[in-house]
Amino acid sequence: MRAPRLLGLHASPGRGLALLLAAIPFVLIVGGYWMASSARLAENPNDKLLPAFSTMAESMHRLAFTEDKRSGGYVFWQDTLSSLRRLGIGVGLAALVGLAVGLPVGLYPGLRSLLLAVVTFLSIIPPLALLPILFISFGVDELSKVVLIFLGTVFVITRDVYLTTRAIPAEQITKALTLGATHLAVATQVVLPQVLPRLLDTVRLTLGAGWLFLIAAEAIASTDGLGYRIFLMRRYLAMDVILPYVLWITLLGFVLDWTLRTIVARRFGWYEATRT
Amino acid sequence: MSDATPNGDGAPFLEVRDVYKSYGDKLVLDNIDLTVAKGELCCVIGPSGCGKSTLLRLILGQERVTGGEIRIEGGPVGWPGVDRGVVYQRYSLFPHLTVLENVTLGRRLRCGWLEFRKRRAEFEEEANGYLAEVGLTGHGHKHPHELSGGMQQRVAVAQSLILQPKILLMDEPFGALDPSTREDVQLFLLELWETHGMTIFFVTHDLEEAAFLGSRLLVLSQYYRDDRGVSAERGAKIVSDQRLHAPGTALSTRTKQSDGFSELVARARQAGFDPEHLQHAREFDLAHPDSVQTLTSEEDGRGD
Repeated sequence: MRAPRLLGLHASPGRGLALLLAAIPFVLIVGGYWMASSARLAENPNDKLLPAFSTMAESMHRLAFTEDKRSGGYVFWQDTLSSLRRLGIGVGLAALVGLAVGLPVGLYPGLRSLLLAVVTFLSIIPPLALLPILFISFGVDELSKVVLIFLGTVFVITRDVYLTTRAIPAEQITKALTLGATHLAVATQVVLPQVLPRLLDTVRLTLGAGWLFLIAAEAIASTDGLGYRIFLMRRYLAMDVILPYVLWITLLGFVLDWTLRTIVARRFGWYEATRT
Repeated sequence: MSDATPNGDGAPFLEVRDVYKSYGDKLVLDNIDLTVAKGELCCVIGPSGCGKSTLLRLILGQERVTGGEIRIEGGPVGWPGVDRGVVYQRYSLFPHLTVLENVTLGRRLRCGWLEFRKRRAEFEEEANGYLAEVGLTGHGHKHPHELSGGMQQRVAVAQSLILQPKILLMDEPFGALDPSTREDVQLFLLELWETHGMTIFFVTHDLEEAAFLGSRLLVLSQYYRDDRGVSAERGAKIVSDQRLHAPGTALSTRTKQSDGFSELVARARQAGFDPEHLQHAREFDLAHPDSVQTLTSEEDGRGD
Protein backbone atom coordinates (compact mmCIF):
# COMPACT_ATOMS: atom_id res chain seq x y z
CA MET A 1 0.00 0.00 0.00
CA ARG A 2 1.37 3.41 -0.91
CA ALA A 3 1.53 6.12 1.68
CA PRO A 4 -0.46 9.23 0.79
CA ARG A 5 1.67 12.22 -0.22
CA LEU A 6 -0.11 14.93 1.70
CA LEU A 7 -3.10 14.04 3.81
CA GLY A 8 -3.65 12.05 6.98
CA LEU A 9 -1.52 10.46 9.67
CA HIS A 10 0.39 8.28 7.23
CA ALA A 11 1.40 11.05 4.83
CA SER A 12 5.03 11.05 3.75
CA PRO A 13 5.74 14.05 1.57
CA GLY A 14 9.08 13.58 -0.16
CA ARG A 15 11.93 16.04 0.17
CA GLY A 16 10.95 18.05 -2.88
CA LEU A 17 7.29 18.30 -1.94
CA ALA A 18 8.19 19.20 1.64
CA LEU A 19 10.32 22.12 0.42
CA LEU A 20 7.56 23.22 -1.90
CA LEU A 21 5.00 23.05 0.92
CA ALA A 22 7.22 25.07 3.21
CA ALA A 23 7.61 27.74 0.52
CA ILE A 24 3.88 28.18 -0.03
CA PRO A 25 3.10 30.34 3.05
CA PHE A 26 6.09 32.60 2.30
CA VAL A 27 5.00 33.06 -1.29
CA LEU A 28 1.45 33.81 -0.15
CA ILE A 29 2.63 36.45 2.34
CA VAL A 30 4.91 38.19 -0.17
CA GLY A 31 2.32 37.92 -2.94
CA GLY A 32 -0.46 39.19 -0.69
CA TYR A 33 1.65 42.14 0.37
CA TRP A 34 2.56 42.93 -3.22
CA MET A 35 -1.07 42.92 -4.33
CA ALA A 36 -2.26 45.04 -1.40
CA SER A 37 0.63 47.46 -1.85
CA SER A 38 0.03 47.82 -5.62
CA ALA A 39 -3.68 48.40 -5.05
CA ARG A 40 -3.07 51.17 -2.48
CA LEU A 41 -0.33 52.82 -4.55
CA ALA A 42 -2.57 52.83 -7.64
CA GLU A 43 -5.11 54.79 -5.66
CA ASN A 44 -2.60 57.13 -4.02
CA PRO A 45 1.01 57.16 -5.24
CA ASN A 46 2.12 58.93 -2.02
CA ASP A 47 0.77 56.19 0.26
CA LYS A 48 3.32 55.37 2.97
CA LEU A 49 1.64 52.44 4.70
CA LEU A 50 2.49 49.65 2.26
CA PRO A 51 5.52 50.83 0.23
CA ALA A 52 6.47 49.04 -2.97
CA PHE A 53 9.41 46.60 -2.89
CA SER A 54 11.33 48.97 -5.15
CA THR A 55 10.90 51.83 -2.65
CA MET A 56 12.16 49.63 0.19
CA ALA A 57 15.16 48.59 -1.90
CA GLU A 58 15.99 52.22 -2.67
CA SER A 59 15.76 53.26 0.98
CA MET A 60 17.86 50.35 2.15
CA HIS A 61 20.43 51.00 -0.56
CA ARG A 62 20.67 54.56 0.68
CA LEU A 63 21.10 53.50 4.31
CA ALA A 64 23.47 50.64 3.64
CA PHE A 65 25.70 51.87 0.82
CA THR A 66 25.80 55.65 0.86
CA GLU A 67 27.73 57.56 3.46
CA ASP A 68 25.58 59.44 5.92
CA LYS A 69 26.41 63.13 5.67
CA ARG A 70 25.90 63.79 9.35
CA SER A 71 27.82 60.94 10.94
CA GLY A 72 30.12 60.01 8.07
CA GLY A 73 29.26 56.30 8.45
CA TYR A 74 26.89 53.84 6.87
CA VAL A 75 23.74 54.00 8.96
CA PHE A 76 22.47 50.47 8.38
CA TRP A 77 25.75 48.77 9.23
CA GLN A 78 26.38 51.08 12.15
CA ASP A 79 22.94 50.19 13.55
CA THR A 80 23.53 46.47 13.04
CA LEU A 81 26.95 46.57 14.65
CA SER A 82 25.81 48.55 17.68
CA SER A 83 22.80 46.33 18.30
CA LEU A 84 24.72 43.07 17.90
CA ARG A 85 27.44 44.33 20.20
CA ARG A 86 24.93 45.22 22.92
CA LEU A 87 23.12 41.92 22.51
CA GLY A 88 26.35 39.91 22.44
CA ILE A 89 27.85 41.54 25.52
CA GLY A 90 24.59 41.42 27.46
CA VAL A 91 23.64 37.82 26.74
CA GLY A 92 27.28 36.65 26.76
CA LEU A 93 27.85 38.07 30.24
CA ALA A 94 24.53 36.61 31.36
CA ALA A 95 25.64 33.16 30.13
CA LEU A 96 28.99 33.40 31.95
CA VAL A 97 27.47 34.65 35.18
CA GLY A 98 24.58 32.18 34.93
CA LEU A 99 27.07 29.34 34.59
CA ALA A 100 29.34 30.63 37.35
CA VAL A 101 26.42 30.92 39.77
CA GLY A 102 23.98 28.21 38.65
CA LEU A 103 26.46 25.35 38.56
CA PRO A 104 27.98 25.75 42.05
CA VAL A 105 24.57 26.49 43.56
CA GLY A 106 23.22 23.31 41.98
CA LEU A 107 26.19 21.21 43.07
CA TYR A 108 27.17 22.37 46.56
CA PRO A 109 24.41 22.27 49.21
CA GLY A 110 25.99 25.03 51.29
CA LEU A 111 25.97 27.49 48.41
CA ARG A 112 22.47 26.36 47.56
CA SER A 113 21.25 27.33 51.02
CA LEU A 114 23.03 30.68 50.70
CA LEU A 115 21.97 31.75 47.21
CA LEU A 116 19.02 29.81 45.84
CA ALA A 117 16.33 31.82 47.62
CA VAL A 118 17.78 35.19 46.66
CA VAL A 119 18.32 34.19 43.02
CA THR A 120 14.73 32.96 42.78
CA PHE A 121 13.48 36.17 44.38
CA LEU A 122 15.50 38.47 42.10
CA SER A 123 14.45 36.54 39.02
CA ILE A 124 10.84 37.57 39.56
CA ILE A 125 11.57 41.33 39.27
CA PRO A 126 10.36 42.44 35.81
CA PRO A 127 13.56 43.77 34.16
CA LEU A 128 11.76 46.51 32.23
CA ALA A 129 10.57 47.97 35.52
CA LEU A 130 14.24 48.46 36.35
CA LEU A 131 14.94 50.47 33.22
CA PRO A 132 14.34 53.87 34.82
CA ILE A 133 16.62 52.87 37.70
CA LEU A 134 19.29 51.83 35.20
CA PHE A 135 19.01 55.10 33.29
CA ILE A 136 19.27 57.06 36.52
CA SER A 137 22.23 55.11 37.89
CA PHE A 138 24.19 54.27 34.72
CA GLY A 139 23.14 57.15 32.47
CA VAL A 140 21.42 56.77 29.14
CA ASP A 141 24.34 55.45 27.09
CA GLU A 142 25.71 51.97 26.37
CA LEU A 143 26.06 50.66 29.89
CA SER A 144 22.42 50.79 30.90
CA LYS A 145 21.29 49.06 27.70
CA VAL A 146 23.76 46.22 28.18
CA VAL A 147 22.83 45.95 31.85
CA LEU A 148 19.15 45.70 30.92
CA ILE A 149 19.79 42.83 28.50
CA PHE A 150 22.02 41.20 31.10
CA LEU A 151 19.40 41.48 33.84
CA GLY A 152 16.67 40.33 31.51
CA THR A 153 18.42 37.08 30.66
CA VAL A 154 20.81 36.20 33.50
CA PHE A 155 18.23 34.77 35.88
CA VAL A 156 16.61 32.44 33.39
CA ILE A 157 20.05 31.15 32.44
CA THR A 158 21.13 30.79 36.08
CA ARG A 159 18.04 28.85 37.00
CA ASP A 160 18.32 26.64 33.96
CA VAL A 161 21.98 25.84 34.68
CA TYR A 162 20.96 25.14 38.26
CA LEU A 163 18.22 22.73 37.20
CA THR A 164 20.49 21.03 34.68
CA THR A 165 23.12 20.54 37.38
CA ARG A 166 20.55 19.13 39.80
CA ALA A 167 19.37 16.70 37.13
CA ILE A 168 22.79 15.02 36.94
CA PRO A 169 22.31 11.69 38.75
CA ALA A 170 23.85 11.41 42.22
CA GLU A 171 25.40 8.15 41.00
CA GLN A 172 27.67 10.09 38.66
CA ILE A 173 28.93 12.33 41.44
CA THR A 174 29.63 9.33 43.68
CA LYS A 175 31.25 7.48 40.79
CA ALA A 176 33.57 10.43 40.14
CA LEU A 177 34.54 10.48 43.83
CA THR A 178 35.41 6.78 43.71
CA LEU A 179 37.65 7.59 40.74
CA GLY A 180 39.56 10.10 42.81
CA ALA A 181 37.83 13.36 41.89
CA THR A 182 38.21 16.28 44.26
CA HIS A 183 35.11 18.33 45.08
CA LEU A 184 36.33 20.93 42.59
CA ALA A 185 37.07 18.33 39.91
CA VAL A 186 33.50 17.05 40.13
CA ALA A 187 32.39 20.55 39.11
CA THR A 188 34.96 21.08 36.35
CA GLN A 189 35.34 17.57 34.93
CA VAL A 190 31.95 15.96 35.43
CA VAL A 191 29.28 18.64 35.70
CA LEU A 192 30.64 21.50 33.58
CA PRO A 193 31.12 19.51 30.35
CA GLN A 194 27.61 18.11 30.68
CA VAL A 195 26.06 21.52 31.37
CA LEU A 196 27.79 23.33 28.48
CA PRO A 197 25.67 22.08 25.55
CA ARG A 198 22.51 22.72 27.50
CA LEU A 199 23.80 26.23 28.25
CA LEU A 200 24.18 26.90 24.52
CA ASP A 201 20.64 25.66 23.98
CA THR A 202 19.39 27.96 26.73
CA VAL A 203 21.27 30.93 25.28
CA ARG A 204 19.51 30.20 21.98
CA LEU A 205 16.13 30.40 23.64
CA THR A 206 17.13 33.43 25.69
CA LEU A 207 18.18 35.44 22.64
CA GLY A 208 14.51 36.10 21.95
CA ALA A 209 14.18 37.86 25.30
CA GLY A 210 17.54 39.53 24.63
CA TRP A 211 16.23 41.13 21.42
CA LEU A 212 13.14 42.29 23.26
CA PHE A 213 15.14 44.13 25.92
CA LEU A 214 17.60 45.45 23.33
CA ILE A 215 14.91 47.06 21.22
CA ALA A 216 13.05 48.36 24.26
CA ALA A 217 16.22 50.05 25.55
CA GLU A 218 17.16 51.44 22.13
CA ALA A 219 13.64 52.74 21.59
CA ILE A 220 13.75 54.78 24.75
CA ALA A 221 17.27 56.21 24.73
CA SER A 222 19.85 55.75 22.05
CA THR A 223 21.63 57.39 19.15
CA ASP A 224 21.96 54.32 16.97
CA GLY A 225 20.90 50.68 16.78
CA LEU A 226 18.27 48.70 14.93
CA GLY A 227 15.58 49.38 17.51
CA TYR A 228 16.47 53.06 17.63
CA ARG A 229 16.12 53.37 13.83
CA ILE A 230 12.74 51.65 13.77
CA PHE A 231 11.31 53.91 16.44
CA LEU A 232 12.91 57.00 14.86
CA MET A 233 11.41 56.17 11.48
CA ARG A 234 8.01 55.68 13.06
CA ARG A 235 7.78 59.45 13.40
CA TYR A 236 8.01 59.80 9.63
CA LEU A 237 5.75 56.82 8.91
CA ALA A 238 8.75 55.48 6.98
CA MET A 239 7.49 51.97 6.46
CA ASP A 240 9.99 51.59 3.62
CA VAL A 241 12.72 51.49 6.29
CA ILE A 242 10.84 49.91 9.16
CA LEU A 243 9.73 46.80 7.27
CA PRO A 244 13.21 45.88 5.94
CA TYR A 245 14.69 46.51 9.39
CA VAL A 246 12.20 44.14 11.02
CA LEU A 247 13.01 41.56 8.37
CA TRP A 248 16.74 42.09 8.96
CA ILE A 249 16.36 41.62 12.75
CA THR A 250 14.44 38.41 12.10
CA LEU A 251 17.15 37.20 9.77
CA LEU A 252 19.90 38.01 12.27
CA GLY A 253 18.00 36.16 14.99
CA PHE A 254 17.58 33.18 12.73
CA VAL A 255 21.29 33.07 11.83
CA LEU A 256 22.33 33.33 15.50
CA ASP A 257 19.93 30.52 16.41
CA TRP A 258 21.16 28.35 13.56
CA THR A 259 24.81 28.99 14.46
CA LEU A 260 24.32 27.95 18.09
CA ARG A 261 22.30 24.91 17.09
CA THR A 262 25.00 23.84 14.66
CA ILE A 263 27.72 24.26 17.30
CA VAL A 264 25.76 22.04 19.71
CA ALA A 265 25.19 19.40 17.04
CA ARG A 266 28.82 19.41 15.86
CA ARG A 267 30.67 19.72 19.15
CA PHE A 268 28.31 17.82 21.46
CA GLY A 269 27.05 14.85 19.48
CA TRP A 270 26.53 12.83 22.67
CA TYR A 271 24.19 15.52 23.99
CA GLU A 272 21.93 15.44 20.95
CA ALA A 273 21.89 11.64 21.05
CA THR A 274 21.19 11.17 24.76
CA ARG A 275 18.78 13.93 25.64
CA THR A 276 15.27 12.77 26.30
CA MET B 1 35.96 -16.14 61.64
CA SER B 2 39.37 -17.26 60.40
CA ASP B 3 38.66 -16.59 56.70
CA ALA B 4 37.74 -13.01 57.41
CA THR B 5 41.08 -12.06 58.87
CA PRO B 6 43.62 -12.74 56.15
CA ASN B 7 45.88 -9.87 57.14
CA GLY B 8 46.32 -11.40 60.56
CA ASP B 9 45.86 -8.19 62.56
CA GLY B 10 42.47 -9.31 63.79
CA ALA B 11 40.40 -6.90 61.70
CA PRO B 12 38.15 -8.49 59.07
CA PHE B 13 38.46 -7.11 55.53
CA LEU B 14 34.94 -5.66 55.52
CA GLU B 15 33.10 -5.37 58.78
CA VAL B 16 29.53 -4.18 59.25
CA ARG B 17 28.70 -3.98 62.93
CA ASP B 18 25.28 -3.31 64.52
CA VAL B 19 24.26 -1.17 61.57
CA TYR B 20 20.87 0.53 61.57
CA LYS B 21 19.56 2.73 58.80
CA SER B 22 16.29 4.59 58.84
CA TYR B 23 14.72 7.20 56.60
CA GLY B 24 12.55 9.37 58.78
CA ASP B 25 10.32 6.99 60.74
CA LYS B 26 10.97 4.08 58.44
CA LEU B 27 13.56 1.62 59.69
CA VAL B 28 15.20 -0.09 56.71
CA LEU B 29 18.23 -1.92 58.06
CA ASP B 30 17.85 -3.44 61.50
CA ASN B 31 20.97 -4.39 63.44
CA ILE B 32 23.01 -5.76 60.54
CA ASP B 33 26.19 -7.66 61.35
CA LEU B 34 28.44 -8.84 58.57
CA THR B 35 32.06 -9.62 57.91
CA VAL B 36 33.36 -10.32 54.44
CA ALA B 37 36.71 -11.89 53.64
CA LYS B 38 39.09 -10.62 50.98
CA GLY B 39 38.52 -12.22 47.61
CA GLU B 40 34.90 -13.08 48.25
CA LEU B 41 32.21 -12.53 45.63
CA CYS B 42 29.48 -11.73 48.06
CA CYS B 43 25.99 -11.63 46.58
CA VAL B 44 23.13 -9.97 48.41
CA ILE B 45 19.53 -10.66 47.49
CA GLY B 46 16.23 -9.85 49.04
CA PRO B 47 12.70 -8.71 48.24
CA SER B 48 12.35 -5.24 46.77
CA GLY B 49 12.50 -2.54 49.40
CA CYS B 50 14.49 -4.69 51.83
CA GLY B 51 17.40 -2.26 51.81
CA LYS B 52 20.02 -4.21 49.91
CA SER B 53 20.96 -1.20 47.79
CA THR B 54 20.92 0.90 50.94
CA LEU B 55 23.45 -1.44 52.51
CA LEU B 56 25.64 -1.07 49.43
CA ARG B 57 25.41 2.72 49.51
CA LEU B 58 26.37 2.69 53.18
CA ILE B 59 29.48 0.64 52.44
CA LEU B 60 30.21 2.95 49.52
CA GLY B 61 29.91 6.01 51.74
CA GLN B 62 27.22 7.58 49.58
CA GLU B 63 24.90 7.51 52.62
CA ARG B 64 25.56 7.57 56.37
CA VAL B 65 24.52 4.92 58.89
CA THR B 66 21.89 5.81 61.50
CA GLY B 67 23.64 3.57 64.02
CA GLY B 68 26.57 1.17 64.15
CA GLU B 69 29.70 1.27 62.05
CA ILE B 70 31.25 -0.02 58.85
CA ARG B 71 34.98 -0.64 58.52
CA ILE B 72 37.22 -1.66 55.67
CA GLU B 73 40.56 -3.15 56.70
CA GLY B 74 39.94 -1.78 60.16
CA GLY B 75 39.30 1.82 59.12
CA PRO B 76 35.89 3.51 59.03
CA VAL B 77 34.54 3.86 55.49
CA GLY B 78 34.02 7.64 55.37
CA TRP B 79 32.97 9.38 52.15
CA PRO B 80 33.20 7.71 48.73
CA GLY B 81 36.83 7.30 47.72
CA VAL B 82 39.26 5.41 45.54
CA ASP B 83 39.45 2.36 47.82
CA ARG B 84 35.89 1.39 46.79
CA GLY B 85 34.84 1.08 43.16
CA VAL B 86 31.22 1.09 42.10
CA VAL B 87 29.15 -0.06 39.15
CA TYR B 88 25.49 0.94 39.07
CA GLN B 89 22.68 -0.35 36.92
CA ARG B 90 22.71 3.00 35.09
CA TYR B 91 24.73 6.22 35.10
CA SER B 92 28.06 4.55 35.76
CA LEU B 93 29.58 6.03 32.62
CA PHE B 94 29.99 9.69 31.82
CA PRO B 95 28.02 10.43 28.65
CA HIS B 96 30.30 13.26 27.53
CA LEU B 97 33.46 11.16 27.52
CA THR B 98 34.49 8.53 25.01
CA VAL B 99 34.93 4.95 26.19
CA LEU B 100 38.70 5.41 26.41
CA GLU B 101 38.33 8.69 28.31
CA ASN B 102 35.87 7.03 30.67
CA VAL B 103 38.37 4.28 31.45
CA THR B 104 41.34 6.63 31.86
CA LEU B 105 39.28 9.10 33.91
CA GLY B 106 40.42 7.58 37.20
CA ARG B 107 44.05 8.13 36.23
CA ARG B 108 43.38 11.67 35.04
CA LEU B 109 41.56 12.63 38.23
CA ARG B 110 44.16 10.97 40.43
CA CYS B 111 47.31 12.44 38.96
CA GLY B 112 46.06 15.80 37.76
CA TRP B 113 45.92 17.35 34.35
CA LEU B 114 49.60 18.16 33.78
CA GLU B 115 50.91 14.78 34.86
CA PHE B 116 48.17 13.10 32.84
CA ARG B 117 49.22 14.95 29.69
CA LYS B 118 52.79 13.82 30.18
CA ARG B 119 51.91 10.16 30.75
CA ARG B 120 48.90 10.05 28.48
CA ALA B 121 50.26 7.35 26.15
CA GLU B 122 51.09 5.11 29.09
CA PHE B 123 47.62 5.49 30.62
CA GLU B 124 45.85 4.95 27.33
CA GLU B 125 47.84 1.79 26.76
CA GLU B 126 46.82 0.62 30.21
CA ALA B 127 43.17 1.47 29.51
CA ASN B 128 43.30 -0.32 26.17
CA GLY B 129 44.61 -3.35 28.06
CA TYR B 130 41.55 -3.27 30.29
CA LEU B 131 39.26 -2.73 27.30
CA ALA B 132 40.82 -5.79 25.63
CA GLU B 133 40.21 -7.75 28.80
CA VAL B 134 36.52 -6.85 28.83
CA GLY B 135 36.28 -7.67 25.12
CA LEU B 136 35.92 -4.14 23.80
CA THR B 137 39.06 -3.61 21.75
CA GLY B 138 38.41 -1.04 19.04
CA HIS B 139 35.50 0.65 20.80
CA GLY B 140 37.61 3.22 22.66
CA HIS B 141 36.69 6.16 20.45
CA LYS B 142 32.93 5.68 20.83
CA HIS B 143 30.68 7.43 23.28
CA PRO B 144 28.68 5.36 25.79
CA HIS B 145 25.37 5.92 24.00
CA GLU B 146 26.80 4.15 20.94
CA LEU B 147 27.30 0.93 22.93
CA SER B 148 24.76 -1.72 23.89
CA GLY B 149 23.74 -2.07 27.53
CA GLY B 150 26.00 -5.07 28.10
CA MET B 151 28.99 -3.30 26.57
CA GLN B 152 28.35 -0.22 28.70
CA GLN B 153 28.46 -2.33 31.87
CA ARG B 154 31.73 -3.93 30.75
CA VAL B 155 33.22 -0.48 30.26
CA ALA B 156 31.94 0.53 33.70
CA VAL B 157 33.77 -2.43 35.23
CA ALA B 158 36.98 -1.55 33.35
CA GLN B 159 36.59 2.05 34.47
CA SER B 160 36.46 0.94 38.10
CA LEU B 161 39.28 -1.59 37.80
CA ILE B 162 41.89 0.88 36.61
CA LEU B 163 42.39 2.27 40.11
CA GLN B 164 42.49 -1.24 41.63
CA PRO B 165 39.94 -0.62 44.39
CA LYS B 166 40.01 -2.80 47.49
CA ILE B 167 36.41 -3.75 46.90
CA LEU B 168 34.09 -3.44 43.91
CA LEU B 169 30.48 -2.63 44.80
CA MET B 170 27.91 -3.56 42.17
CA ASP B 171 24.31 -2.42 42.50
CA GLU B 172 22.08 -4.53 40.23
CA PRO B 173 24.66 -4.03 37.47
CA PHE B 174 23.00 -6.43 35.04
CA GLY B 175 19.39 -5.65 35.99
CA ALA B 176 18.60 -3.79 32.78
CA LEU B 177 20.06 -6.36 30.39
CA ASP B 178 18.21 -8.95 28.37
CA PRO B 179 18.65 -12.59 29.49
CA SER B 180 21.25 -13.74 26.95
CA THR B 181 23.41 -10.64 27.37
CA ARG B 182 23.03 -11.09 31.06
CA GLU B 183 24.50 -14.57 31.04
CA ASP B 184 27.44 -13.31 28.95
CA VAL B 185 28.32 -10.56 31.38
CA GLN B 186 27.87 -12.89 34.35
CA LEU B 187 30.48 -15.24 32.93
CA PHE B 188 32.66 -12.28 32.07
CA LEU B 189 32.47 -11.04 35.66
CA LEU B 190 33.38 -14.46 37.05
CA GLU B 191 36.43 -14.58 34.80
CA LEU B 192 37.56 -11.13 35.89
CA TRP B 193 37.00 -12.04 39.52
CA GLU B 194 39.18 -15.12 39.09
CA THR B 195 42.03 -13.36 37.30
CA HIS B 196 42.16 -10.29 39.51
CA GLY B 197 41.26 -11.90 42.83
CA MET B 198 38.85 -9.05 43.42
CA THR B 199 36.56 -8.63 46.38
CA ILE B 200 33.07 -7.95 45.05
CA PHE B 201 29.90 -6.95 46.85
CA PHE B 202 27.11 -7.69 44.43
CA VAL B 203 23.50 -6.63 44.97
CA THR B 204 20.77 -8.14 42.82
CA HIS B 205 17.08 -8.97 43.03
CA ASP B 206 17.59 -12.04 40.84
CA LEU B 207 18.03 -15.10 43.04
CA GLU B 208 19.40 -17.32 40.29
CA GLU B 209 21.96 -14.70 39.35
CA ALA B 210 23.09 -14.44 42.96
CA ALA B 211 23.26 -18.20 43.45
CA PHE B 212 25.16 -18.64 40.20
CA LEU B 213 27.69 -15.84 40.69
CA GLY B 214 28.33 -15.74 44.38
CA SER B 215 30.95 -17.47 46.43
CA ARG B 216 28.74 -16.37 49.28
CA LEU B 217 25.02 -15.73 49.30
CA LEU B 218 23.38 -13.34 51.75
CA VAL B 219 19.62 -13.04 51.97
CA LEU B 220 18.39 -9.76 53.38
CA SER B 221 14.73 -9.71 54.33
CA GLN B 222 12.09 -8.01 56.43
CA TYR B 223 10.15 -11.30 56.73
CA TYR B 224 11.16 -12.80 60.10
CA ARG B 225 10.06 -12.68 63.71
CA ASP B 226 11.79 -12.04 66.99
CA ASP B 227 10.90 -11.36 70.61
CA ARG B 228 10.27 -7.60 70.23
CA GLY B 229 6.50 -8.07 70.05
CA VAL B 230 4.17 -7.72 67.10
CA SER B 231 3.91 -3.94 67.14
CA ALA B 232 7.64 -3.24 67.11
CA GLU B 233 9.10 -1.35 64.12
CA ARG B 234 11.31 -3.79 62.24
CA GLY B 235 13.78 -3.43 59.39
CA ALA B 236 15.50 -6.04 57.28
CA LYS B 237 18.02 -8.48 58.69
CA ILE B 238 20.33 -11.01 57.14
CA VAL B 239 18.15 -14.11 57.36
CA SER B 240 20.42 -16.52 55.52
CA ASP B 241 24.16 -16.63 54.91
CA GLN B 242 25.60 -19.47 52.85
CA ARG B 243 28.98 -20.44 51.45
CA LEU B 244 28.36 -21.45 47.85
CA HIS B 245 31.57 -22.52 46.21
CA ALA B 246 35.25 -21.90 46.09
CA PRO B 247 36.51 -19.65 43.27
CA GLY B 248 36.70 -21.43 39.93
CA THR B 249 34.02 -24.01 40.42
CA ALA B 250 31.08 -22.12 38.97
CA LEU B 251 32.43 -21.25 35.57
CA SER B 252 29.76 -23.15 33.73
CA THR B 253 26.18 -22.17 33.11
CA ARG B 254 25.30 -25.85 33.50
CA THR B 255 25.51 -25.34 37.24
CA LYS B 256 22.13 -23.70 36.93
CA GLN B 257 20.55 -26.99 35.88
CA SER B 258 21.84 -29.09 38.77
CA ASP B 259 19.58 -30.31 41.62
CA GLY B 260 21.72 -28.75 44.30
CA PHE B 261 21.37 -25.39 42.60
CA SER B 262 17.58 -25.43 42.44
CA GLU B 263 17.39 -26.62 46.04
CA LEU B 264 19.64 -23.75 47.12
CA VAL B 265 17.50 -21.25 45.21
CA ALA B 266 14.32 -22.71 46.70
CA ARG B 267 15.67 -22.48 50.26
CA ALA B 268 16.86 -18.89 49.79
CA ARG B 269 13.50 -17.97 48.26
CA GLN B 270 11.65 -19.39 51.24
CA ALA B 271 13.96 -17.71 53.74
CA GLY B 272 13.79 -14.27 52.18
CA PHE B 273 10.88 -13.86 49.82
CA ASP B 274 7.98 -15.62 51.51
CA PRO B 275 5.99 -13.21 53.74
CA GLU B 276 4.24 -16.22 55.32
CA HIS B 277 7.46 -17.94 56.29
CA LEU B 278 8.66 -16.13 59.40
CA GLN B 279 11.69 -17.70 61.02
CA HIS B 280 12.74 -16.55 64.43
CA ALA B 281 15.88 -14.41 64.40
CA ARG B 282 17.51 -17.07 66.63
CA GLU B 283 16.99 -19.73 64.00
CA PHE B 284 18.31 -17.99 60.87
CA ASP B 285 20.40 -20.28 58.70
CA LEU B 286 23.74 -18.51 59.04
CA ALA B 287 25.98 -21.35 57.98
CA HIS B 288 28.81 -19.33 56.44
CA PRO B 289 31.99 -19.50 58.56
CA ASP B 290 32.36 -15.69 58.52
CA SER B 291 28.82 -15.19 59.68
CA VAL B 292 28.32 -13.11 62.81
CA GLN B 293 25.06 -12.28 64.48
CA THR B 294 24.63 -10.25 67.63
CA LEU B 295 21.02 -10.02 68.71
CA THR B 296 19.92 -7.48 71.30
CA SER B 297 18.19 -8.79 74.41
CA GLU B 298 14.90 -7.38 73.10
CA GLU B 299 15.28 -9.34 69.86
CA ASP B 300 16.18 -12.53 71.65
CA GLY B 301 14.04 -12.67 74.81
CA ARG B 302 15.78 -15.77 76.18
CA GLY B 303 19.00 -13.79 76.56
CA ASP B 304 22.35 -15.50 76.66
